[in-house]
Amino acid sequence: MEVAVGQLFTGLSLGSILLLAALGLSLTFGQMGVINMAHGEFIMAGCYTTFVVQQVVHATGVALIVSLFAGFLVGGLLGAALEMGLIRWMYDRPLDTLLVTFGVGLILQQLARNIFGAPAKNVVVPEWLSGGLTLAGTVVPKTRLFILVLAVVAVAVLAVALKTTPLGRRIRAVVQNRDLAETSGISSRTTDIGTFFIGSGLAAVAGVALTLIGSTSPTIGQSYLVDAFLVVVIGGLGQIRGTVLAAFALGLLNSFIEYSTTASVAKVIVFVLIVVFLQVRPQGLFTVRTRSLA
Amino acid sequence: MSGQGPLRTLAGFASAAILLFAVAPAVLSDFRLGLLAKFLCFAIVAVGIGLAWGRGGMLTLGQGVFFGIGAYIMAMHMQLADAARLRQDVPEFMQIAGIAELPSYWRPFASAPVALLAILVLPGLLAALLGFGVFKRRVKGAYFAILSQALTAALAILLTGQQTMGGFTGLSDFRAFFGFRLDDPVNRRMLFFLAAGALLLVVAVARQLMRSRYGELLVAVRDQEERVRFLGYDPANIKIVAYVVAAFFAGIAGALFTPIVGIISPADIGVVPSIVFLIGVAIGGRSTLLGPVLGAIGVAWAQTTFSEHFPSAWTYLQGVLFIVVVGFIPAGLAGLWPLLRGAVDRFRRPARPESAPERAASSVEAASSEATGPRTETTVETR
Repeated sequence: MEVAVGQLFTGLSLGSILLLAALGLSLTFGQMGVINMAHGEFIMAGCYTTFVVQQVVHATGVALIVSLFAGFLVGGLLGAALEMGLIRWMYDRPLDTLLVTFGVGLILQQLARNIFGAPAKNVVVPEWLSGGLTLAGTVVPKTRLFILVLAVVAVAVLAVALKTTPLGRRIRAVVQNRDLAETSGISSRTTDIGTFFIGSGLAAVAGVALTLIGSTSPTIGQSYLVDAFLVVVIGGLGQIRGTVLAAFALGLLNSFIEYSTTASVAKVIVFVLIVVFLQVRPQGLFTVRTRSLA
Repeated sequence: MSGQGPLRTLAGFASAAILLFAVAPAVLSDFRLGLLAKFLCFAIVAVGIGLAWGRGGMLTLGQGVFFGIGAYIMAMHMQLADAARLRQDVPEFMQIAGIAELPSYWRPFASAPVALLAILVLPGLLAALLGFGVFKRRVKGAYFAILSQALTAALAILLTGQQTMGGFTGLSDFRAFFGFRLDDPVNRRMLFFLAAGALLLVVAVARQLMRSRYGELLVAVRDQEERVRFLGYDPANIKIVAYVVAAFFAGIAGALFTPIVGIISPADIGVVPSIVFLIGVAIGGRSTLLGPVLGAIGVAWAQTTFSEHFPSAWTYLQGVLFIVVVGFIPAGLAGLWPLLRGAVDRFRRPARPESAPERAASSVEAASSEATGPRTETTVETR
């Protein structure tokens, strides 16, 4: 029982990290059909923002809260710049965008290496997040609980923003039918930039959260990117509920398979299961029916 | 490219053979020749990528998997052969790691025929399995790219986790290649010739495929998959063949890479090297025959000379190359040639523009008609 609860929590924790990493990716993919390979580097940008903020603000608790907002801003600006500078030129070539953004990722990684150095950097975890809580007989680290809460809050805020704000309504309209949205007077240009800002900002927020459970190195984004992609594939196009479900499903699956085998074998098994899953639902869990992606 | 007669092709192959088998060994030092041999391995992978990505429109981010399978099987065989010669039960690195018994999945590769067969068959088989799983369900585009990438990531992680496969450090310190000592410069020269021969063979196979009716169908699937389906073909089968051939080439390249370089580790086959394979192909011209070969060799050469002196500058340059070439000259350097020729032609006689949709349509029609007919110019642009 205790083992099951422990694995359940590990799975949920991994799922919430995947969710944070994949949420923004799925947003931009759903809207523009563009896979952003530099998304991992936006996660990394969030990590280093936390590190920098902590050099300035010494109260670790305050620094964490400031980092969340600063990270969102840094990631968002990077994303908006990427959209305006490169991606807008190649909307009709989504596969090429994938490689172009990979090039951007390489540059950002090397930039981080030159600025911060190759060795990993550590962020001091605030006191109120150190230690663990005892839940149903197992001790769970507070940092992981914080990330779980953060993921839930991020999803809730995003869902409300998409439902109620003017930008959210525009994003939904463009996702469902770009041409019709434009005909109705929505500028798909500004909407795309807005979507990229939010999506990339969320990646950086994921990065801020990651500093709580590990150290930051220039390649940290790479290690989460592939899993985030898989979440998007399973979740389907740009659907928050698909991403949420897929992230937690993958997280739980991983933690339970890992328990009975090893971490590396679990990766392979999960991959096989994903391909099998695609036999049943080639387009992922949920899709937008009104717009087909070639 | 399409106007070449058989005579010109033969002449091209002959001059390439002379260049590789006579000129290169004569002018290059043993060290440079070894480097060139390594670049030729990358070029073999590139030919396959050109076929799958340039012609077939399948962006495969995971050729490292197939390259890795070939490379690791060869490495296992060489380790076991060395151990057998020294009358040891397990390879040296296992003794150091304290593994006394040979793992069961190592055993078959002690036999040279089994190892060779596995190198030739396994990559293609895996590609066929994944291809069936993906293309038959009409999963394509970015989804396929991501899955191919995830497969590489899974393999790289699997390998780093296995002590019995050398883990992070990989497999190295091979003494002999099928009985030929690797510290003998003459044998290393033979390895170069082997790689050069393999490259010529692979290019010849790719050329035949591209010029056949199958090649036309492949381009048609890339440009108008639905139309090809309506004409009664199964695009999935067409794609699977190209993907399998590309995997087959990558497996051969990997198997040659291991003895030539002397080490294979997960770092050589992971996500990043798998994507970096693409840059040479993109620069050379993804949908041409020789573009990927020359591009791969050129990029590998630039990397070696550049990163010796300015390692960080090379990474920046690589990023910039990805952005500029893929983003703004998608046809690669080979695409600049027709542009130049077109400019010259326009200068000579009045312009007669041909619109892009017409060209795309004509390539589909040519593929569908029973008669082989006159070859149409294939569009270089891909989606």
